[in-house]
Formats: sequence, structure tokens, C-alpha cells
Amino acid sequence: MPTYQAQIYVTLRPSVLDPAGTAVQSGLHHMGFDGVEQVRIGKYIQVTLTAEDEATARQQLDQMCDQLLTNPVIENYRFDLTVKATADTAA
Amino acid sequence: MNVSVIVFPGANCDRDAAYVTRDLLGQPTQMIWHEDRDLQQADVVIVPGGFSYGDYLRCGAIARFSPALQATVEHAQRGGLVIGICNGFQILTEAGLLPGALMRNRDLHFICDRVPLRVERTDLVWTQNYADQAVITVPIAHGEGCYYADADTLQALEDNGQVVFRYCDVTGDPTPASNPNGSLNNIAGICNQQGNVLGMMPHPERVSDPLLGGTDGLALFESVLSKQLQTI
Repeated sequence: MPTYQAQIYVTLRPSVLDPAGTAVQSGLHHMGFDGVEQVRIGKYIQVTLTAEDEATARQQLDQMCDQLLTNPVIENYRFDLTVKATADTAA
Repeated sequence: MNVSVIVFPGANCDRDAAYVTRDLLGQPTQMIWHEDRDLQQADVVIVPGGFSYGDYLRCGAIARFSPALQATVEHAQRGGLVIGICNGFQILTEAGLLPGALMRNRDLHFICDRVPLRVERTDLVWTQNYADQAVITVPIAHGEGCYYADADTLQALEDNGQVVFRYCDVTGDPTPASNPNGSLNNIAGICNQQGNVLGMMPHPERVSDPLLGGTDGLALFESVLSKQLQTI
């Protein structure tokens, strides 16, 4: 089975206040970056997994994100998926 | 009243809760390891404060999948009593037993303080021993206690009377200045629609023994006890 690597980006929903992002924004303003309009802080998660095919990998990742990796009440996610190795190349 | 206290790796208020129910109130109390599914016929399940599984990923996120918590969800769905305190409240929202989520405090500080709360409902098994609209003082100790829910959920909570405790000033007024963490509508604790599941960020177990400087939290545990005795 091929091995996939997923880069998962978790962000707060746009309607949710991000106090850490606001604090960092203020820090950037203090540094003189007056053009900074907004800072939002999220999470980056890497998952390596084997799956039968890409569709299955995507479906499993959606489940992981929905059930554990994010809290849908306050967070959104997206992920990029790349093939890391196939069974043939690994052998 | 048979009480079970769930013990997660990282829980640090489990023994405080057990001290109240076992030592102060004399009720049979057992500690349930997170890997156990058997709640030992609990009438009341306490999901205590602390940092379950280190709070890695998000507060309470991983605890939701433990066998003990899954048994707790089933207990709640059967109408059993469940209280989540602090990290326990976070876990109950993650598990879907209570709506909304707990986020980083508005000012990004971990807050350790004693704050006034207004008791919004006294018709619940949890609060029947409090006077209506009583103002009580209860400790808080959290970095992620800012209650958030989307506008519709928040409205439903208010319409259904599910807000049980609100941060307020000493006169009972829930002002912005008396909101320690930015919680929407000054919410400090909520229950589910049936009223058998309660979640709260403040720590009633830390103000139950007069040695600790107050007993405003004891009435909560006594409320449950008196309700149980009535039904026997």
C-alpha cells in the first residue's frame, strides 16, 4: 500500500476571536510593520499514513480532522496530501 | 449516593473532588481509571479538573476517546448525573455532552483567582440548595476558560435556561469587568437541556471545606445528595 504524507492546517473559524493572533499583531505593529492588518494563529500537523489509494487516505484524514484533530465548533481545516512512497518503491 | 471520579493521566483535582464526596459528605466514592469502562454503578460521575493527557492538541480533546469517558457519555444518555469541572467541562464539550467550546482566555493569562458567580437556576439537581440568584464566591484556575458558542447555540442556551452560573460583580451584576476570561454572556457554567449534565470552569470542590476559606461550593454537592436521598 502506498504511504502518504498529509500536511494539515488548522485555523480558527473567521468568526472566532483569536487573542493570540491579536497579541502578535500588536507586537508586529510595535516593530513598525504598520501594514499588518490581521494575524491569525493556527496549527500545523503532519500525518504519515498508509492507505489503499488517495481517495481512502483523504477520507480517513477527513475523519481524523472531524473527530480529533480539530474542534469543528471553533476550527476549520484543510490538508495537502503527497505520496511519500509506494509499496513497490519501499520494497 | 454512589460517586465515581474519573482519573485521567494529568488530572489534578480528582482527589479534591473525592475528598468532598467521601470525607466531607460520607458518600461511597471510587476513583475510575481512564482505561476502565466500568463506572461501578455510579449515581454521579465527576469529570475532574486538571490537564487530561497533558491537554496535548486541545484541552480535553484526547480524553473524549477514553473508555471511562465513553461509559460516562452512555451514563449521561441514560439520564445519569455528570458534572465536569474545569478540564472536565472542556472534556464534556469535546465529547458533545454540552454545546460550545472553551478557548484561550481573552487576555491570554492563566488566571488563578476567586470570583463571584451568580446562580441562575435553582430548580436543578445541582443547585437546589442555593438561594435564587445567589452570589457565591468560587475559585477559578484556568488558561482556556473562555466560553464560546455560535450565535444560534448561544441563543438556544439562553432561551432554554441552560446557563447555570454567570461571572458577576459582588452585587450580582454580570458586567464586562467581572468577566475574567472573555466568556460569551459571562458564562461560567452550563447544563444540557435535560439538566443532568453540568459543566463549569470554577472549582466548587475547592470551597467545600471551611479550612480552605469558604464553603460556597459545598451546597452544590449537598444539592445532589439531598436529591438522591429523596428518590430512594
